[in-house]
Amino acid sequence: MPLIEFSDKGLYCRQGDFYIDPWKPVDKAVITHAHSDHARWGSRHYLCHHLTKPLLQLRLGDNPYESVDWKEPVFMNGVKVTLHPSGHIIGAAQVRVEYAGEVWVASGDYKTEDDGISGAFEPVECNTFISESTFGLPIYKWKKQPDIFDDIKNWVAKNKEDKKTSVLIAYSLGKAQRVLKPLAETGLPIFAHGAVYNVHQALVNSGWKLPELRRVFPDTPKEELAGNIVIAPPSADSSPWMKKFYPYSVGVCSGWMQVRGNARRRNTDAGFALSDHADWEGLLQAVKATGAQKVFVTHGFQSAFSRFLNEQGIESGEVKTEYGGEEEESKTEEVDVAAIDSSPVNGELL
Amino acid sequence: MKQFAALVNILGSSTKTNDKLEALQNYFETASNKDKIWVIAIFSGRRPKRIVNSTLLATWCMEVTGLSPWLFDECYHTVGDLGETIALLLPGAATDNPMTEEHTLSWYLETFIRIEKEEESIRKKFILDSWQQMTRNEQFVFNKLITGGFRIGISQKMMVNALSKTVQVSPSVIAHRISGNWDPVTTPFESLLSETDISADYSKPYPFYLAYAVEDDLKSLGDINEWQAEWKWDGIRGQVIKRNSELFVWSRGEELMTEKFPEYNAFKDLLPEGVVIDGEIMSLALPAETGVFKPLPFAALQTRIGRKNITKKQLLEAPVGFIAYDLLEYKGNDIRDLPLLERRLLLENIVQTIDHPSIHISPVINAPDWDALREMRLTSRDIGSEGIMLKRLNSVYQVGRKRGDWWKWKIDPLTIDAVMIYAQKGHGRRSNLYTDYTFAVKDGDKLVAFTKAYSGLTDKEFAQIDAFVKRNSIEKFGPVRTVKPELVFEIAFEGIAASNRHKSGVALRFPRMSRWRHDKKPGEINTLEDLKELLNIYNQASGSSTQEETVS
Repeated sequence: MPLIEFSDKGLYCRQGDFYIDPWKPVDKAVITHAHSDHARWGSRHYLCHHLTKPLLQLRLGDNPYESVDWKEPVFMNGVKVTLHPSGHIIGAAQVRVEYAGEVWVASGDYKTEDDGISGAFEPVECNTFISESTFGLPIYKWKKQPDIFDDIKNWVAKNKEDKKTSVLIAYSLGKAQRVLKPLAETGLPIFAHGAVYNVHQALVNSGWKLPELRRVFPDTPKEELAGNIVIAPPSADSSPWMKKFYPYSVGVCSGWMQVRGNARRRNTDAGFALSDHADWEGLLQAVKATGAQKVFVTHGFQSAFSRFLNEQGIESGEVKTEYGGEEEESKTEEVDVAAIDSSPVNGELL
Repeated sequence: MKQFAALVNILGSSTKTNDKLEALQNYFETASNKDKIWVIAIFSGRRPKRIVNSTLLATWCMEVTGLSPWLFDECYHTVGDLGETIALLLPGAATDNPMTEEHTLSWYLETFIRIEKEEESIRKKFILDSWQQMTRNEQFVFNKLITGGFRIGISQKMMVNALSKTVQVSPSVIAHRISGNWDPVTTPFESLLSETDISADYSKPYPFYLAYAVEDDLKSLGDINEWQAEWKWDGIRGQVIKRNSELFVWSRGEELMTEKFPEYNAFKDLLPEGVVIDGEIMSLALPAETGVFKPLPFAALQTRIGRKNITKKQLLEAPVGFIAYDLLEYKGNDIRDLPLLERRLLLENIVQTIDHPSIHISPVINAPDWDALREMRLTSRDIGSEGIMLKRLNSVYQVGRKRGDWWKWKIDPLTIDAVMIYAQKGHGRRSNLYTDYTFAVKDGDKLVAFTKAYSGLTDKEFAQIDAFVKRNSIEKFGPVRTVKPELVFEIAFEGIAASNRHKSGVALRFPRMSRWRHDKKPGEINTLEDLKELLNIYNQASGSSTQEETVS
């Protein structure tokens, strides 16, 4: 019996009787991070990292949450569970599961570049590694974060010069926080959509020191916004809510912006291939660093990535999960934002 | 090259026409004359010959990157553009690599010409060396220059407009100047554009008068005797101009096409001085015994456009004629304000006088009342027309698309309900989305593929289908996914012909998805029998004569 099974509710550890990121309500759920395709509503007990807990409270409301620190063991029927940074977003964890000398690691979502805010990805040795593959093709090769930040700052400066507002589309949990620091360095006031603002407030309330963010209200004067910066979630892109910022330029932060056609489809003025997922090299590095004998590849380009691993002599198989879905494109982001937008915490919609 | 790569980057990513125009203008104001000439050449279809084919280019990229062919293919099908795929896979030079030597755009293009006939190893070395010195964006532009197409979001018209603003010469003069045979290697920018030669203006076409689709009941148009009905032809709208003893043929897209159609050469001597004829550029076969034209499918005309050199075979297989609709200028005078009735008489007179097999007057349809005309419209497809045009007999020739005096009344497309069985990722702005589908009809308890279709749905619908394909694929053959036959669509098309290249035995003209039939189950789709019946009715689409409806 494998230590972790792929069931129709999610990744299941029978020995410990718990699920990792289940997509249906279960008794015990270990949550890697607070994005909606991984943290779903309706389970009876949730286990997550301390940093993830306030985000789950914002997202899923009050539930019995148990939170732990990095590497702080929790035992469930003899199975040892520990969390290790995955570098994806704030609080995002890989789940290490150990029983009778066998170790499995479920990566959740991860990136190998340290973004300075989400924690540095920690390679964890294991027998079996369950890896995501959102950007599992060699065409995905990220520029270094400082270079992308420079691109973003140059874009903001150019917009300022052209008397345009810079509307930066970034996922409300993760990228919105990541781009705050470079945006703050421009010295311009930064405004945000309610969805972004609420996540920001939840983080500030739990002790994070983040640059100041002002919420856009229906009565925020146009003059205050003009030529400045607005951070908005993907769901707000091309919506009537944006009219207020006219004239503006839209920049989208997403790994999918790596390919020109995607940027054209989004009808965006500027695309920044800034991702919270590992690129091709990052995935390969991560897989090799685990030393795993067997790798299961989930959501993304799983067939290509697992075929490549097999060719490299690493035994690998594809697994269908309901995280985003295969080769999904910004869909998880939009789903997540919708979930945040419609939660009772922030009544204001577009 | 950096300057041109930056321009292409703006043109390819900008969402606003004005920004693109500004970027082009800015380029034309700052670039060297030599590079400008090449930019004009590239965007007016005068690229140097390909120095390598796509397969070699892909192979060399695999050599450099060590990727296996299947993985390269996987990448290509996700990106949907070969030049871009290669640029994304290659290691790019650092943005400001001081070691690299900056070459100009014209240097690269003229090197292409110089080494075109050299041995493969020389061409390979040139390309690999170039890649090594370039940033990713430059590699992309370089690859696009090699692989051709260069569809990056600007038209020749936009380039002409930008040039026009830069050099202060009107767009139609520029369009005329950059047409014809000139060689970017030997033509100086000054002599192409900067000289002030006002006489060139005589090539200028009039703006076209365009019709809206009929909206209300025809009876609201009043007495049918106040109207002229003509068949609507499916070719390229154009103007034939004879001024100063010269002939010019313009398309509606303001493209000068004079040289593409040698059939029209004779008009230069035959047409009287100072006339402008509005009409349809069509591929026409001419049965000798009747003297009546017979339209060939649009596909025939397609073999003739977009080509610089036409072979004898093409001339024979797809002869091009002109169907004359209207006369806009007569004896050098603009007569657009005369009533259609009078313009038509003059036009008929001219066409009859020159009596040339490549020009025909657009036949007028005689119908006693609207109901009779409605009946006749149903026969449009039989004579290879796509419906009826209605023009008020006393109408003047207006500018642009206007309501009131001219209406188009197209026939409804043929339709068939079919189920999607294969899906493939699209190109360009549909990169990495399943948007190219193959459809099947029922044949007993089997499904038979009969057409592909890519268009007709909204972005939102495409996104939904993309998600369906990703969750319901059964098998993968290279880039093609077999999907659960579940989604039913109404496929609309303009014509149907027998084909032995297709398993179903039919080929459709301009198939597209006209509706997503959420209300239909796969069991309720049409059958191969239904298709064959349509084929029986319409296969001879362009066969019969148009004589009986013609007024002389």
